[in-house]
Amino acid sequence: MKRAILIAASLMAGVGLASAEVAPLNVVYDDAGAVAVSLSGAPGDAEMGRKVFSTKSEGNCVSCHAVTELVEDVPFHGEVGPVLDGVADRWNEAEIRGIVANAKKTYEGTIMPAFYKTTGYIRPGDAYTGKAAKTDPLPPLLTAQQIEDVVAYLMTLKEE
Amino acid sequence: SASADEEANLVVNEEIEMVVRTDAPAHVENLSTIYSGWVFRSDETQALQMDDFDNPGMIFVDQAAERWAEVEGKNGKSCASCHGDVEEGMKGVRAVYPKWVESAGEVRTLEMQINDCRTNAMDAEPWKYTSGSMTNMVALISVQSRGMPVNVAIDGPAEMMWEQGKELYYTRTGQLELSCANCHEDNYGNLIRADHLSQGQINGFPTYRLKNAKLNSVHARFKGCVRDTRAETFSPGSEDFVALELYVASRGNGLSVEGPSVRN
Ligand code: HEC
Ligand code: HEC
Ligand code: HEC
Repeated sequence: MKRAILIAASLMAGVGLASAEVAPLNVVYDDAGAVAVSLSGAPGDAEMGRKVFSTKSEGNCVSCHAVTELVEDVPFHGEVGPVLDGVADRWNEAEIRGIVANAKKTYEGTIMPAFYKTTGYIRPGDAYTGKAAKTDPLPPLLTAQQIEDVVAYLMTLKEE
Repeated sequence: SASADEEANLVVNEEIEMVVRTDAPAHVENLSTIYSGWVFRSDETQALQMDDFDNPGMIFVDQAAERWAEVEGKNGKSCASCHGDVEEGMKGVRAVYPKWVESAGEVRTLEMQINDCRTNAMDAEPWKYTSGSMTNMVALISVQSRGMPVNVAIDGPAEMMWEQGKELYYTRTGQLELSCANCHEDNYGNLIRADHLSQGQINGFPTYRLKNAKLNSVHARFKGCVRDTRAETFSPGSEDFVALELYVASRGNGLSVEGPSVRN
């Protein structure tokens, strides 16, 4: 009996943890495209986010955006998107979370990919293999925690 | 230097003057000037295309020139049996392909026409669409039109395929939701990571790429670009890619045929 309660309690805890993470389909964007709550239910780690931002197999944000602070560590910054120096002066955390999760909600028709979206694609592929996707919905480009980490990193980019 | 000299002019062998920038044709709605991909390459890469002795792609052209006269297939014929000297027989051909072939009732790429000659006229095995033998032969045929303006017809019976290709060009595919236009129309001249984006023109194909040290065909390049949007690609030789090739070729009407060009 005592054991059963313990198992039930730990199951509940498990459910509690899982529901703290917001699934891609359940993200709530406000009218301007901002997302108020942490997608992972946990705070982001800016140092991890810096890595996600600049690693090709992760966010690869640097392929389109330059950041002066990164130049010494990471060569070749793209110029398809705006330079992100001082981005945290321009946007608050909820707005930045919304842009990273799905920039199309902030900028209609933008070239910037949606990093926390899993459906609604034309000819979705299996990553970079050129073959058809194996699952529908697709795994998002970044996990909830990776999004939070990138958001935390961008929040450190202040000039004022 | 690593960046391109966008003002440079291309003269090959101090003889063939290439048009690498010119007014966009009227059917290209969102560009005023069209540029050859050569313009966007580094000085070093540009230089490799200025003399056939430096152009590594010419080795493959020589291989195809030998093949031109080689008898293959059950009919005992070579390309030369029917088309004579390649310099004469293939002059101007590259500039108008892909084109509507009335007798076949379809738009054909050079690759399709070559394989039609191989299977029907020669009774030989077809070449794989993006194989070395095929791409080298396309390069040999392209050389016979170097310096001539690309002049692909988009009206009449070709129009439906052209529309199909245009639609594909503007379709945002894959999990990155990117179209050809997102990169090659909206962002040419910009760096995407270390790559200097061109307009994605095909007047220089086949291209010798320093990256893989061989000649690369149009459909192989298309396949790579679609794959990079995290999409399921189309197959080389598929109707979708033939339509896309017709459309992309037409965006370069007025640029010179350059193949084989040199790219990184
Ligand atoms: C394919 C190009 C591309 C990629 C990849 C990309 N972005 Fe963007 N991003 C853009 C563009 C373009 C804009 C400007 C919005 C517009 O005008 O469409 C933008 C805007 C932004 C903004 C707002 C900028 C400002 O200064 O106001 C932020 C923040 C941002 N991106 C973060 C990211 C992060 C983080 C990643 C990776 C996880 C990323 N981007 C990946 C193209 C890209
Ligand atoms: C037995 C005859 C024969 C042989 C052998 C042959 N062809 Fe052809 N080829 C033709 C005919 C007929 C046409 C269509 C008539 C035309 O428009 O020139 C043609 C057309 C072409 C065209 C298109 C020309 C144009 O102006 O549209 C190309 C390119 C071509 N052949 C390449 C080749 C190659 C490469 C080979 C060898 C691998 C080859 N042919 C072998 C008979 C032949
Ligand atoms: C994510 C960006 C991106 C997209 C989307 C994209 N390309 Fe590219 N493409 C590139 C890059 C980078 C290169 C190499 C540099 C250059 O020549 O632009 C390239 C090169 C090319 C080239 C070679 C140009 C030359 O002169 O050698 C062609 C042709 C081309 N692309 C066509 C296409 C077509 C057609 C599509 C759509 C089906 C497409 N691309 C979609 C990024 C892209």
